[in-house]
Amino acid sequence: MNLRATLRLALQALIRNKARSLLTMLGIVIGVAAVIVTVAIGTGARVQVQNSINALGSNLIVVQPGSVTTSGARGGLGTASTLTPADGMAIASLPGVASVSPMVTLRTQVVAGENNWQTTISGAAPTYTYIRSWPIATGRLFSQSDVDSTAKVAVLGQTVVGQLFGNANPIGATIVIKGAPFVVIGTLAPLGQSGTGQDQDDTVLIPYTSAMERLTGLTTVNQLMISAASADKIDAVQSEVTQLLESRHRIVAPQPDDFQVRNLQSIAQAASATGTVMELLLAGVAAVSLIVGGIGIMNIMMVSVTERTREIGLRMSVGARGKTILRQFLAEAVVLSTAGGLIGVVGGAIFTIVVAAVAKWPTDIPIGSVVLSVAFSALVGIFFGYYPAKKASELHPIEALRFE
Amino acid sequence: MTPVVAVSGLRKVYRLGGDDVVALGGVDLTFNPGEFVAVMGPSGSGKSTFMQIAGLLDSPTAGTYLFEGTDASHLDGDARADIRSRRLGFVFQSYNLLPRTTALENVELPMVYAGVPEADRTRIALEKMEIVGVAHLAKHHPNQMSGGQQQRVAIARSLVNDPSLILADEPTGALDTKTSDDVMQLFTRLNAECGITIMLVTHEPDIAAYARRIVTFRDGHVVADKINERKVA
Repeated sequence: MNLRATLRLALQALIRNKARSLLTMLGIVIGVAAVIVTVAIGTGARVQVQNSINALGSNLIVVQPGSVTTSGARGGLGTASTLTPADGMAIASLPGVASVSPMVTLRTQVVAGENNWQTTISGAAPTYTYIRSWPIATGRLFSQSDVDSTAKVAVLGQTVVGQLFGNANPIGATIVIKGAPFVVIGTLAPLGQSGTGQDQDDTVLIPYTSAMERLTGLTTVNQLMISAASADKIDAVQSEVTQLLESRHRIVAPQPDDFQVRNLQSIAQAASATGTVMELLLAGVAAVSLIVGGIGIMNIMMVSVTERTREIGLRMSVGARGKTILRQFLAEAVVLSTAGGLIGVVGGAIFTIVVAAVAKWPTDIPIGSVVLSVAFSALVGIFFGYYPAKKASELHPIEALRFE
Repeated sequence: MTPVVAVSGLRKVYRLGGDDVVALGGVDLTFNPGEFVAVMGPSGSGKSTFMQIAGLLDSPTAGTYLFEGTDASHLDGDARADIRSRRLGFVFQSYNLLPRTTALENVELPMVYAGVPEADRTRIALEKMEIVGVAHLAKHHPNQMSGGQQQRVAIARSLVNDPSLILADEPTGALDTKTSDDVMQLFTRLNAECGITIMLVTHEPDIAAYARRIVTFRDGHVVADKINERKVA
């Protein structure tokens, strides 16, 4: 008997007992549906976490100067003045680097008319808003030619706008930073708090050249912000930047680097570790529910074999081999569990869509988990269907026929 | 002419609770093609055991069994199943039709296991149902049929593989006298018109009287083997 005939026979037998077949499947249906729903919501949550990490900056790498030691006292990170805009230019030409922004930061008083406010001045390149994934709200960003001409233009964060201008339109107004007048040409979209609780909107963005010339008077910068072309290139870019800077700064082996290169991988790794734990947990729950479903199937198959002993005897007497009987009952168990798995996938998907629509939760049903749970339910059918099927196939035709 | 069934020195011993029970104590019998034999005897006489071995549902403890000239004494389960599916037909006292399954599907069942192509099954099944007079019940389920109708469906099922031997085990045991007569006349007709060898197991002399040869068992031995004069005449 071929596979098609066996499957058809199994289907006939199951359809003959519709109510029982459906109830038997229920365990697997609920198990698989639960897996699909939890995976869908879990994956959705994970995507959201990933998005917030990305919001910190697209594939961000930060280079900071090292420390200086003055009369035995070691200054902290960033106290050395070793990074120059030229280092930034060199890094920008590395493969795998999307963009670079030299950063000059200082805290100082900003005055606009009668109002004043102490805030962080960030001297940056026009690439900065791309690197930070930080859109402009109104007006425009300064351009490369503003940078080249050390233009006295500023883009304000929302907190600064509120403190200095209230509800008035700041664009075109003049603010004074350390005695130098800057024209406001744009505002930044609100970004909210950073991961460490700082108000990221409390800032004024100006060309880094202007900051160096008018505010710090230095030829070095505080930071180089680098955006890698993609997440998987971060590690490679990080080591290339290190090599490049070592050669530019003429640092040889035993000498310590006068800079430090860091990225946001630690946060991403923590998030992915959390995700892995969640996934293991889900897999555990899934395995338990599917095994319980499988035991349900085994139970019903055992009852079914006993109940259909005479049928088995008859089938044997008209020429069914033991193996054929085994295959038939195994097929019934597998059809039950696979159908249960498929119904569970559909039910889980419908429930997920409803949850996503009603609760506005982000969800995502990965095709891999769908395939995996259906395949696993088929395996459950084989595993738990084998014993009852084996019992059926080992019945003696005469005793089976006489069974009352 | 090769006998359909030829047994010699056939023994069957069961072990029941540590004791050996001799069901058949050395039986010699030969059934030729076209015979209609009734096997009689009280319960415990060994007639059912003989039918089971002759029907290749069981194997003998000792002795030889030639089925259509081939030694079938030591076949394994699969080989016996294959012969059952191609050369033998069974009719039981309790019909043994599959419940919630149409008469037609019940009749087709042996062909499923014999590997008859799907396209031919329905045609052959309807043909045989026509012969036994139940073609009009093809779509009925067993619980919608009378006992006599169910037994006719079961007889049609035993015919679909054109068997060389039909084994009928108390086929009228659950039927009233009138229906029993009808069923026995059907067997007689199948034997006479189609030349099918029939082995009928019964303990009722009225039913055995339809056969042309009556073999009587007692305590595991054949005690009588007579031509049914009334029938042959």
